[in-house]
Amino acid sequence: MSALVELRDVVKHFPVSRSLGEIVRGRHPAVRALDGVSLEIGASDAVAVVGESGCGKTTLGRLMLKLTEPSAGAITFDGTALGGLSGASLRAFRRQAQLVFQNPFDALNPRFTIYRAVAEPLLNAGIPRAEHADRVAQAFRRVHLPDLERYLDRYPHQLSGGQLQRVVLARALVLAPRFLVADEPVSMLDVSVRAGILALLREVRDDMGLTAVYISHDLALVRYLCERTVVMYLGTMVEDGPTAEIVRNPRHPYTRALVAAVPVPDADQARAPLPIAGNVPDAREPPSGCRFRDRCPHAFARCAEEAPALRETADGHRVACHLDN
Amino acid sequence: MAERAEERGVIPAQLAARRSWRLPPIVQRLLTMPLRDPFAFVGIVIYLLFLLVAVFADRLATTDPTEILFLSTGKVAANMPPGAEYPLGTTNLGRDIYAQLVHGTESALAVGLSAALIVALVGTVVGLVAGYFGGWIDALLMRIADMALSLPFLPFVIVLIGFLGPDTSNVVLAVVLLLWPNSARVIRSQVLSLRERSYVEAARVTGASQARILFVHIAPNILPLSFVYAAIAIGWAIITEASVSFLGFGDPDNVSWGMMLQDAFASQALSRGQYAWFVPPGVCIILVVVAGFFISRGYEEVFMPRLRR
Ligand SMILES: Nc1ncnc2c1ncn2[C@@H]1O[C@H](COP(=O)(O)OP(=O)(O)OP(=O)(O)O)[C@@H](O)[C@H]1O
Ligand SMILES: [Mg+2]
Repeated sequence: MSALVELRDVVKHFPVSRSLGEIVRGRHPAVRALDGVSLEIGASDAVAVVGESGCGKTTLGRLMLKLTEPSAGAITFDGTALGGLSGASLRAFRRQAQLVFQNPFDALNPRFTIYRAVAEPLLNAGIPRAEHADRVAQAFRRVHLPDLERYLDRYPHQLSGGQLQRVVLARALVLAPRFLVADEPVSMLDVSVRAGILALLREVRDDMGLTAVYISHDLALVRYLCERTVVMYLGTMVEDGPTAEIVRNPRHPYTRALVAAVPVPDADQARAPLPIAGNVPDAREPPSGCRFRDRCPHAFARCAEEAPALRETADGHRVACHLDN
Repeated sequence: MAERAEERGVIPAQLAARRSWRLPPIVQRLLTMPLRDPFAFVGIVIYLLFLLVAVFADRLATTDPTEILFLSTGKVAANMPPGAEYPLGTTNLGRDIYAQLVHGTESALAVGLSAALIVALVGTVVGLVAGYFGGWIDALLMRIADMALSLPFLPFVIVLIGFLGPDTSNVVLAVVLLLWPNSARVIRSQVLSLRERSYVEAARVTGASQARILFVHIAPNILPLSFVYAAIAIGWAIITEASVSFLGFGDPDNVSWGMMLQDAFASQALSRGQYAWFVPPGVCIILVVVAGFFISRGYEEVFMPRLRR
């Protein structure tokens, strides 16, 4: 299977304003949102990206959609480097890669009717207006909002969160893309509608053969959607493997903590705190060596000296931990 | 397939039916605002009255305001009290005060409206560009704005007119140079926060061009601010013109309320008790400025609290 999306040693730093002391010492502090991420996503794969808040999940998603540029490293889509896209080639890329937003209440222009919002990608892609109504109707049926009459002329504030997220998904699907990134698609929704949206995402991906990335801080939710899971910690990948394997046999101490925090298969339950001490360290000054070491129950001398590389294990995972070597 | 064929026919028809022409919500709110805010309503009524006076000035006052009038005895009709022939009397040089007041409306509105239009235009464009593109363009524009804001108001106007000549358009220019930074800064900060909204990112990811994002997705949200600053600029421009004229730096060929006040002051109308000479232009200035304030306040209250979700 060939990779549709490929990231090689991707680094993303956000410069932060410098204090006087830092200016004097000539230092350039930065939030290291991503620090060397390499990842291949095969066509028609669904990959979950999980990790605590601030570990760089959204940044990763935005990089893959060329909404922001990497500080270093390369990203390719279908064999073409994203860095070189502009003008017509960028527009062609935009037709193929779409995003579902975390906050559906903010994802639609409040001045646009629902019809106009869902037709906008068609307009931008230069599809003749005569086809718009038909394709919008088709997208609406896909997201199970078949009752067109009721929605088309409404404004976003007249719809519920669940309905809005369906509209956002319809907008993402109206161009029939190949690649979809969903950034915490249900975290802002009422628990009562979450299952419906997740089932819809699953159905849409299966029907359209989409390559998909689902971002979440909750392993329990993505377990249902993705065959493969990538676990991130403070801007680095710590584990990558089949979801079932990762849940059954987590190798990295951080993944173990995440799995232990997953409640019984009941997504509605409040998340238990992670069974590890402390908080995520400051992304401006991550610990030396392994970034997880100051919270890791198994940390030993080598962890402070050397950052563990992502290595293949016997059971097909990739794990970045010195314990595994 | 049959279902699809059916919908092919049905949906465009539905859509065509709902394409009935309707005002965009923002225009609706602009138009209905005065009905909800009594102060703004009063302000708009005052403006409309002055607008009517300005448009029909030649018919309301048939006498030339600069003409020196003579009595039938052949003497100059100076310092006539208000009466049937001269509703507000005449000046010490025999000019009709009523005609001056009516024609002063023209110049006041011309100054006010042109300044408002240009301030709103410059402020909006600068604010949009600086906020959306950021980087060195933003830094440059905002440093220029800071410099303009640090200028002392009236001294700057007087110096500028000293250089460029006592022309009304120079008064407008001075007011624009002094007022655009306020609107540009507020609009810029609004654009900065709009730029981060998910729906703007959504427009990008669906392939919208920079121009479309800026003018279709961002600009409509800051238009109300442009209106507010335009309304504020009207009052400032009229006051400035009046001040400049009163101080004697005004356009000598232009009949304005400020010039009337200056004339009345210089010829000691107060000590002669010629209240009809200086009270009406003073009241007109106050009315126009207060009306501008009421209107801008009304728009501010309608649009600023929070954009509808
Ligand atoms: N535009 C930005 N400017 C500066 N710092 C940023 C920017 N975007 C993200 N960051 C920082 O980068 C780090 C990673 O952010 P990111 O949003 O990718 O995390 P996340 O995993 O999506 O978190 P969450 O679960 O809270 O959404 C954070 O420390 C964040 O503060
Ligand atoms: Mg995020």
